Amino acid sequence: MADVPRTVEAAAFDAAAAAVEAALAAGARYADARLVDRRYESMTARDGDVRALTQTTSAGLGVRALVGSSWGFAALGDPAGDADARRTGARATEIAEASAAVPGPPVDLVGVPAVHGGWASECLEDPFDVPLAEKGDLLTGVTATMRAAGVAVAEASSQAWDTRTAFVSSEGARIGQHVRECGAGMHCLTVGDGETQRRSYPAFRGQFGTRGWELVREIDLPGHADRIAAECQELLTAPSCPSGDTTLLLGGEQMSLQIHESVGHAIELDRILGWEAAFAGTSWLDLDQLGSLRFGSELMNITIDPTIPGALGSFGFDDEGTPAAARDAVRNGVWVGVLAGRDSAAVAGLDYAGSVRADGFARLPMVRMTNVGLEPGPHTLEEMIAATDDGVLMEHNRSWSIDDRRLNFQFGCEIGWEVRNGRKGRMLKNPSYTGIGPRFWSSLDMLGGRAPGEWRAWGTPNCGKGQPGQVGHTGHGAAPARFSGVRVGVRG
Amino acid sequence: MTALDSLVAAVLDEVRRQAGADAAAVVRAESSALALTRFAASAVHQNAADERTTLHLQLTVDGGRTATASTTRTSSAADLVTATLAAARLRPRDADWPGLAGPAPLVSTGNPDEATAQASPAERAAAVAAFVGAAGGLSTAGYVQTSSSTVVLADTAGQHVRGAATSAACDGIARLSGADGVARSASRRFADLDPAALGARAAAKARAGVDAVPVDPGRYAVVLEPAAVGDVVAGLTSGQFNGKAVVDGTSGLRLDEQQFDEAVSLVDDAAGPEATGLPFDTEGTPARRTDLVRDGVPVGLTTDRRVAAALGSSSTGHASDTSATAGPIAGDPALAPGDGGSVDDLVAGLERGLLVSDLWYTRVVDPKRSVWTGLTRNGVWLVEDGRVVAPVSTLRFTQSYLEALAPGAVTVGSVVDPQPGRLTMTYAGTNRFAVPPLRLASWNITGNTTG
Repeated sequence: MADVPRTVEAAAFDAAAAAVEAALAAGARYADARLVDRRYESMTARDGDVRALTQTTSAGLGVRALVGSSWGFAALGDPAGDADARRTGARATEIAEASAAVPGPPVDLVGVPAVHGGWASECLEDPFDVPLAEKGDLLTGVTATMRAAGVAVAEASSQAWDTRTAFVSSEGARIGQHVRECGAGMHCLTVGDGETQRRSYPAFRGQFGTRGWELVREIDLPGHADRIAAECQELLTAPSCPSGDTTLLLGGEQMSLQIHESVGHAIELDRILGWEAAFAGTSWLDLDQLGSLRFGSELMNITIDPTIPGALGSFGFDDEGTPAAARDAVRNGVWVGVLAGRDSAAVAGLDYAGSVRADGFARLPMVRMTNVGLEPGPHTLEEMIAATDDGVLMEHNRSWSIDDRRLNFQFGCEIGWEVRNGRKGRMLKNPSYTGIGPRFWSSLDMLGGRAPGEWRAWGTPNCGKGQPGQVGHTGHGAAPARFSGVRVGVRG
Repeated sequence: MTALDSLVAAVLDEVRRQAGADAAAVVRAESSALALTRFAASAVHQNAADERTTLHLQLTVDGGRTATASTTRTSSAADLVTATLAAARLRPRDADWPGLAGPAPLVSTGNPDEATAQASPAERAAAVAAFVGAAGGLSTAGYVQTSSSTVVLADTAGQHVRGAATSAACDGIARLSGADGVARSASRRFADLDPAALGARAAAKARAGVDAVPVDPGRYAVVLEPAAVGDVVAGLTSGQFNGKAVVDGTSGLRLDEQQFDEAVSLVDDAAGPEATGLPFDTEGTPARRTDLVRDGVPVGLTTDRRVAAALGSSSTGHASDTSATAGPIAGDPALAPGDGGSVDDLVAGLERGLLVSDLWYTRVVDPKRSVWTGLTRNGVWLVEDGRVVAPVSTLRFTQSYLEALAPGAVTVGSVVDPQPGRLTMTYAGTNRFAVPPLRLASWNITGNTTG
């Protein structure tokens, strides 16, 4: 077990410990506390100028308390000392006691080791050490390039987070983590007669990871600015994606969102148990079928793996103190695992947790995706195209929508191409497709990842869930894939 | 002088000391409390409260080098200014920097309700109990939320304003045999909420939704209940009336033309007596009533200073911490009631179509035409000859919101039912969408959960 990173201050543990003590003294039977210190920076450039530069520091204490079968959570920004920490701990218990006015069934917590240790993400080049001028030059440069190529609007942005957490639980855990994340991306718009077209790189929101600025250097924004600007203009005169059922080939970036929306959220145990019924929704999955339900074809192997180096959903411990561990979610097309927390796992009769995360100090930890990804397959995109007589290849997400049980989805992509007689043909605009989760995944008949670079852990920096709203950072390993008999070209 | 005034003054002093008299700054100190009690399976399962004070600084040097920063570490004004100044100096000069708002009187000082600001966990739990109890034994889920925010803002051009806001919302479903019914309400006052009535309404809708069957995709006339209308209004205010969308060319609005049915009138009433927002925006521009559609004619946009400058107008007071990227968006939209009567009256006028309670996961497909796809949620019913004849299972639609409100296509209900803005829940609380039900001539159903 690694030591607590030196960047997590000892005083942070003192505050968290005081809060836990106070929660217990007020009557809680379990409590945990996180002192979170998060620094964030974002820069946005548009049409050759830096348009926004924001830096935030969000530091504070969040405390969970369990009284009987009822939870309470209290958070306080920038606690001034021991008294503030204790007041916040006691308040969490007070809130839990109020929850008991409308109680639920008994709550147990699956066991976790009371770890004394820590974890830090790998970071070769601290994004906060990279001069703002250098970031500005990069972002303004690529937007100027795209504008010069003739697009109507060109934007590029970078984001970086530095999060230091001290976690203490009443079971004796004392865990420090230091996670650095960053990423960048760019997009452009063209405006035609009654339409707009968009192209982005490397993904529609950019690419992000638990890595340093080296990630941004690797994606090479300048090397792709001219290409996406040209494609964006070409889309205005491209024919529309045809409507009908056809063979669908998806690029890796779009596959990552397909996995996120139709698999990742569906296997969240709180949704399956109905805890998110009123907002995020439930799931079509039934726990009675865990281990036997066919989710997709034999090519479908989905893992929950927060240990992938550099992926955006990676950590050493979740926000309940559960050590990170890899787990199967779907194996050879059969549903075998869920994203779980200590209480939801106990309700479901499972013996594992590890997927509970919070957005900063002020939000309640809840079941969230970590890295939920599709293992690479035996094919290459080139082979998929060569094996397709009639189909459409789509890349880069433009819109997404899925029902509250995670069954019926509809995705729009930025760009498509005809695939005819084994060759990639004309560019198509406004490509879209729709389907029903398990039927769609069962039609997966070719899966890429064999060619170098085809499989990648894509980062999603803005997964929304919870009330009050929480923004989660998730990762999704994905490669190009082919599906048969998919309805494409949905019109409005 | 309040503690927030002192914080603002300290930051302004630091700005003058570190950046000099020519620096331009907007400083905002915000004390916020947000409490939300969630329930599922008729029990409180999440119950959270968050208090914080945040300092925000927007600092511009050399007439156009700007950086913004915020911190919850309110005791370190000097550090905040130092870091922000360093960032600003590294930025290239922005030739389009719109300058500061400067002094301007407020139209209102906000509508805070002290009882809402002081609502206790026990009071919220009691509201949950009332919702649950009124559902007649059906399984329920949802939330009760209260929030309060007090803000002091000052800039180096002389604007110095104070304001406060509160909001409260109850939003829940009742569940029966796979059918969900929903009821929601939002107000600036916790006391305005009637959770028992909402619980009873949600239960009645759930009971009416049991044994739903699919219908074929195609075009249907629809009656949208207020929850669904709120989603449509959110789509229009964020994507069409957002001044940045007009600047970018992604809005399909035709200002000053009869683009909508004459029954449609839409305002953003940020300074109205029931508004849940603050009485000024993050640039210090006073909130005011902004007409967006008058008798079916688009007449206004929401702007901040940058967008207003680009459009050759003045700011409508819609700057936010995200408006530089997302654009300035209405926070208190209100769709004027019409003469269509109640939801039942609107249904009675429907020869054949669908009654839709709620929309879900709506995402824009074609920004220019405002084509959105999404799903129905919490109940759909088939209507024939003015009567509800059968519950329908979840449907997907792909529909232009602009075209759905076209001339001749709209009947507006008479009763406004304020809804919490689900897509726009902010840190400080929940926006309020004051909307009546609508009957629309055509809505494009493109799928159902069977295919």
